[in-house]
Amino acid sequence: MANTSPRKSCPMARSKVIDTYFIEHRHKLLDVAAFLDRVDRAPGSEDDDVRLVAMRDAIALLIDGKADRARRILDLFSDTSVEPIAKAPGKGAIGAPVAYRGEPRLGSRG
Amino acid sequence: MKYIDPHIHMVSRTTDDYQRMAQADCVAVTEPAFWAGFDRSSPAGFFDYFRQLTDFEPKRAAQYGIAHYCWLCINPKESEDMGLAREVIKIIPQFLERPNVLGIGEIGLNKNSRNELTILEEQIALAKRYDQLILVHTPHLEDKRKGTLLTLDAMKNAGIDPGRVLIDHVEEHTVKEVLDRGYWAGMTLYPDSKCSPQRAADIVECFGDERLWVNSAGDWGHSDPMSVPRCQMEMLRRGHPRKLVDRICYANPQTFLSQSERFKVTWE
Repeated sequence: MANTSPRKSCPMARSKVIDTYFIEHRHKLLDVAAFLDRVDRAPGSEDDDVRLVAMRDAIALLIDGKADRARRILDLFSDTSVEPIAKAPGKGAIGAPVAYRGEPRLGSRG
Repeated sequence: MKYIDPHIHMVSRTTDDYQRMAQADCVAVTEPAFWAGFDRSSPAGFFDYFRQLTDFEPKRAAQYGIAHYCWLCINPKESEDMGLAREVIKIIPQFLERPNVLGIGEIGLNKNSRNELTILEEQIALAKRYDQLILVHTPHLEDKRKGTLLTLDAMKNAGIDPGRVLIDHVEEHTVKEVLDRGYWAGMTLYPDSKCSPQRAADIVECFGDERLWVNSAGDWGHSDPMSVPRCQMEMLRRGHPRKLVDRICYANPQTFLSQSERFKVTWE
């Protein structure tokens, strides 16, 4: 029972989309920028924390000119393994796969 | 515009939320069984929780003219302890005949472990045995895509009719797979995670309005029981017709949930 093909249409004209949403997303972009500045200012050396590595790669997807940015960023932040794990290590999720790019890196978490 | 919130944890919300939701024209809520924020210490804890969902909450909702329905299960976060989980599964059937019980949920996976998957499969079997609708929780953040695919495979292996299953918390990287396989898909609107009203409207524009709905999944964390009305406003702001908004926020939930004879909210 396949769903219909994605229609990908928006009822607003492009100019109206920009008028309506730009200020809000300018604000959100500044939040991201300020977060990265904050990371730089904070003491510590977790430059290779998997979450930061994944975030920098995700930011690159925003401006690569290709479509489906939200889906591709979610895929980038996803665990790509297919088998169930032996035992749940806890209850929470961290937002990026621990073994991102094949190397488990969680900064000071080890 | 009237709406149904088909996934909200009212046990964790104050009565002020019922009042606000009623003022926003919410006509019904459905409340899946979930993790309390801590691990319950015994099956008796779940027994009392199920009493709360089937007895107390409907009365609290009725004070504001909102119909309250619920789903029962052992949730994914407490499924790692298989002994406890199986004891809880044993007590579920005695609640299935309560007038506001719609089915089994929110079952699913959390960290995608073997134990979680085994308990998911046992609850799918329970739903099948008692001919119950199923509401599925898909995992958070980095675990979502993998858990969604494992869950869809488990459903297929059990021979479950996809039309009687709602896969919840879909996002852009899982929604197509869910819809293409014939399941219903829920978009959960959180302030900081999962989906947002804007992205939910985008997903409707990209994938159509069939078998798709929105919910707030309001719980004890940072969540917003007004999320569904916010999505209504977002869709109207974009110029979508009221008929489409009604479909996503009322008609689709009503259609799916009416597969349970207990769901009495009708078209008007």
